[in-house]
Formats: sequence, C-alpha cells, structure tokens
Amino acid sequence: MKIHEYQAKELFAEYGIQVPPHRLTTTAEDVFAAASDFGGTVAIKAQVHVGGRGKAGGIKVVDGPEAARAAADRILAMTIKDIPVRKVLVVESHAEIMREAYLGLILDRSAKGVTFICSAAGGVDIEEVAANTPDQIIRFQTLSRDFPEAEARAVAGKLFNDEATIEPVLAAMRGLFELFWDKDCSLAEINPLVLNDRGEVVALDGKINFDDNALFRQPEVVALRDMDEEDRNELEAKEKGLSFVQLDGDIGCMVNGAGLAMATMDMIQLYGGTPANFLDVGGSSNPDKVVHAFELLLSNPKVKAILINIFGGITRCDDIARGILESYQRIEINRPIVIRLSGTNAEEGRQLLAGTPLETADSFAAAVKQAIACAKGEQK
Amino acid sequence: MSILLDSSTRVLVQGITGRDGAFHTRQMLDYGTTIVGGVTPGKGGQQTETGLPVFDSVQEAVAATGATASVIYVPAKFAAAAVKEAALAKLALIVCITEGIPVLDMVEVYHTVAAQGARLIGPNCPGIISPGQAKIGIMPGAIHLPGRVGVISRSGTLTYEIVHALTQHGIGQSTCIGVGGDPIVGSSFRDLLPLYEADPGTDAVVLVGEIGGDEEEQTAKLIAAQISKPVFAYIVGQTAPEGKRMGHAGAIVSGGAGTAESKIKALNEAGVPVAGTIDELAATVQANLGG
Repeated sequence: MKIHEYQAKELFAEYGIQVPPHRLTTTAEDVFAAASDFGGTVAIKAQVHVGGRGKAGGIKVVDGPEAARAAADRILAMTIKDIPVRKVLVVESHAEIMREAYLGLILDRSAKGVTFICSAAGGVDIEEVAANTPDQIIRFQTLSRDFPEAEARAVAGKLFNDEATIEPVLAAMRGLFELFWDKDCSLAEINPLVLNDRGEVVALDGKINFDDNALFRQPEVVALRDMDEEDRNELEAKEKGLSFVQLDGDIGCMVNGAGLAMATMDMIQLYGGTPANFLDVGGSSNPDKVVHAFELLLSNPKVKAILINIFGGITRCDDIARGILESYQRIEINRPIVIRLSGTNAEEGRQLLAGTPLETADSFAAAVKQAIACAKGEQK
Repeated sequence: MSILLDSSTRVLVQGITGRDGAFHTRQMLDYGTTIVGGVTPGKGGQQTETGLPVFDSVQEAVAATGATASVIYVPAKFAAAAVKEAALAKLALIVCITEGIPVLDMVEVYHTVAAQGARLIGPNCPGIISPGQAKIGIMPGAIHLPGRVGVISRSGTLTYEIVHALTQHGIGQSTCIGVGGDPIVGSSFRDLLPLYEADPGTDAVVLVGEIGGDEEEQTAKLIAAQISKPVFAYIVGQTAPEGKRMGHAGAIVSGGAGTAESKIKALNEAGVPVAGTIDELAATVQANLGG
C-alpha cells in the first residue's frame, strides 16, 4: 500500500524527523491563503501516487500568493499518468538549500533484513545514481529491529560531509528506522534530505510503502488509504478474497494460483492475444468466489472472451464447475467462455459441465488458443 | 533417492486440528508420509480422528514422538511464532504453508531458524514432495511420478502444471519443492540447488522462476560456478505491468528491477535454457535426458 507525500511528512514528523511547514489543500483559493500565511517562496506539489511528478510539471516553486494560485490552477487541472490531481501540498520554502542527500530503508530479500541506503547525491533518481555512480551509494544491512547505532553514526557525518550535522542526520536515520518497523513498511525513503542555510537537516520529500500482509495490525496505516487513488475493482476484489490486477487486453482470465495466472497471461500473449487482467481466485473452493470473479471480469467492457484455467490442488475442479453453473443462474454471462480443468476432481468437474453448452478444452495451450479465437470473433 | 524428505522422515503437523491442517494431514497420510502427531496449543492430550496424538507445544511433541520435521498450517497472525517454536525445538526440516505472514515477522524468524541450523521451506508455499515416498504440504500427490529430475519453484499451482507436464512426458521427479511466493523465504533456489547437485538420485533440475527480486539472477551465477548437473528453467510474469503485485507478495517489478527479461538473460548466460512454454520445457528435459 502507498500513501501521499503529505502523509509521509506527517509520519516523519511523528518520528522526530524535521519537515518544512506545509498545508494540504484542494482548491486554488486555499493555496492562495496558505501562500499568504507562509509568505515568500512556496512549493506547490501535486499529491498523486505516481513517480515523476516533477518531470510531469506537477511541482512548481513560486513567490507570493498570486503566483501560487496561478500554479495551483494549472496543477489541479492536470492528469499525471492517468491520475487526475485532486490535492496539492503547499510547502514553505524560505530556507536556502545548501546540500541534498538521500536516505532510504528497503526490505532486503537477499540479506533477509532491512537495508539502509544512503547517498550524498540526493534530490535525483536514486536508481540512476546507483546505476551510474555506484560509489556514491553507501549501503548497510540490519538483521533485527535493533537500531545499528555505531554504523549509522559512521555514515551520518558523510551525508553532508559536515560534523555538525551528525546528530540531526543520526536522529533522522533512527526515526526512519523506528517508523519502518513500527508501521510494517516495505520501503521508506527521504529524498531529498537537505541541509539548509540555517544549519537544519530537513526532509523535503519522502515516500513510504507498506507491507500489505501486515495491514491487519496497522489500522492507522489503513486509515491513510486514499480511495480516489486506488483501482476500485482491485480493492473490491481484495475484499472478496480475489487477487486482481487490471490490464489492457480483451481476454478476461480466471485462474487459481498467482504463478499459473501469470503463466496464463504470458501464454495468451505468446499466441498473439492480450490478457485483460491478472486474477487469482486463490485456493478456496467457495462457489461465491467464482461468481464474484465473473462479475469482475464482465464489468470490463473490453473483455471479449473469458478463459478459466484451473489446476486443482486445494481447489477442487468440481467446486469450480458448480461455481460456474451457479454464476450462469445468478448473472447474465453474455460473452464466450473457455474452460480448462485439470488436477483434483477434474473429471467430476467436466461431467458437471457436460450437459450444458459450456465446453471444456483439453489442455492449457488448447484453451488459450480457443480463447484467442473467441476474442477475435473467429469462434463462438 | 531424494533430498530433505523420504519415507522415514517423522513429521509433526502444527495446526493439526484446524480445517486445512486436518484435511491435509489425511492427504499426507494417504500418500505414505510418516505423520507422528500434531500441535495445537490448548488441545494437548486429545487425539485426531486419524488417531494421532495432539500436543500443546512442539517441544512436548518432539519429546514424545521423535519427530524430525514439522509442517505449519496455522493462521498468518501466529505462523511466524509457530516457525520459531519449531526451530527452537530443534526440528531439522520446517515447512510453512501459511500465506500472508507480515514480512518483518519473517526477518526475525529467518535468522532464528538459521541460528538453530534448521531448514525452512516457505512460507506461502505448496511444500515438498519426494514422489512415491512422502509429501509434506498441499500438492496433489497423484500428478507426480517417481524419478530422477528435481523441481524447484516459487509458485504453487504452476508447479503442479509443470510436474504434470513432466509426468505426461514420462519424466519422473526425485524431489519437488515450492520455495514460496513471499519476499523472504527460508530456502532459496541457491540454498537448494547444491543439495540436488549432491544427490545421487537426481540427474537434472527444473527451475521455475517468476518476476520480482533478483533470486534467479543470483542463482544463474551459482549455476555457472558450482552446478554440473543440467538445469532447465521457465520464468513467468513476462506480461506483468511494473509496480503491481501479481498475487504473490514477492512478484512485483519495481524500478525496472526484477523483470522476466533480466532473469532469462542471466540464466541463458549461465548455460540454462529457458523454455517459452510449459510443454516446451517438458519436451526439452525429455530430449536432453533421453527419457
């Protein structure tokens, strides 16, 4: 799960990391008022869940309330990577920035821990820094939730190459580390962490992602979710125990298991079709899930054919077949369906469908080819 | 022959009185697995309908049964603690089926397991099976065929699909392991490949990877340096969009890292053929082993 920059700033402040004065607004008039209150230079920043806001023109630094209102008018009318801008953050920007650094924490799969990534080259894309000038990146691993005081202190002085900043940088590192563990993050970064002309170390911008598996014990994090930024279908699917990702194609997919669902998408593309979605109905045999999955697929007008690919393990093919039959009674299914059942109780499943107009394909590959033919209108 | 698991492995079931635990205990028994008991806190002293003793703690169960392995079906909230309990009770093999464990819980548990010298498979995995001997997990036993090819995979149902294809092509399996779909799992491809390399009952290994992380790239380096037996691969997620989690918490392409292209390239450079389809994979293995 992702949150907005303004929410990240609030969490930073809660963990003792200094952030500049800021105010969240939704109208150009409120931006005018905020800029008047702050006075002087302010940054107007679009709040959307996508990277590359600055490059897209979603961040403007201006002087005075009139210019702030004009900038906000433009930004609030923008759509960045398909997401309309609904909120802007006004950030007081009086202090002059002397240096910009990067401070991040990521879940490290290889080390089985949490790794600090630090760089004196901040304010830019850290992946580019890592690719082009890897010697400018300092990494160190942590394997428990004990803050690595000594290692952090050794790095803290290097970020701004200034002994006077060791304590505030160390405080920011500690705050970020505690925040990461307390809130079950998968990524927490401050970019840039700046040293200003007042000698303050301030988090100007930041990004925090959370572990979806831990949301059950993080009600305060769940409350930060911005429903406007989430795909409604994906959220609804999650509530019903389905794992769903919207794609651009015209073959709706219903599969059990994430790996097989990806393999199904890949095979559709390999044979010249385009998948409309990733959908894992999971390991359950509840017929309601099949009905929900049908509703989800049919709600997409682009879908021209539906491919059901089941390899029964925990999931029983006869239960899936019952779910399909029940779906036909409960909702209108007006597009061609191709069904492939294999594994646990596949024969029973096929027999249940035998007396109906629904046909089952013999193999994974045959089912994919048939679904593509249906989507292209070559076969009904 | 096989790795990690055979018919003499004595297995405990943690969460044996739960719905999934009870169902799969019966399935495992039917397959021939030596199940010696189960653990459900608060239900110690009871007996399951399959006649197995239930204990309150893993330690008690080990003392009473001589168990050497454990399989965990307990809910996500309690699963990390269950793994830790099994490791501290000195079990050699721990298989965690549970999906949805908070990742940071696994950070702590991973290092506890390693310090105890235990082997953890999972979490969020189908388990391990040595066909014809025993299975620990949730995979359908009937699709497997005893033989000499090892299978390791990050997926569940996709592994069944691939094993099924191998069996259809007459290629039997020595041991098949689903390592799990989470970002942090107990055993990686790199941990398991050397075991297959050392197993006289395994002639070749099939590796089933997916997008996310850099495990396949790191494995390619290990194969080039240390593995002499043939390895055949298949990678899913070539059509997955960036930044979206494809079901498995570990299956996500982010910042251009973890793509299928990168994994296929690394494996090819290590001399590992990567098949375009599952049938092609099975046919390639068959052609190379003369099966």
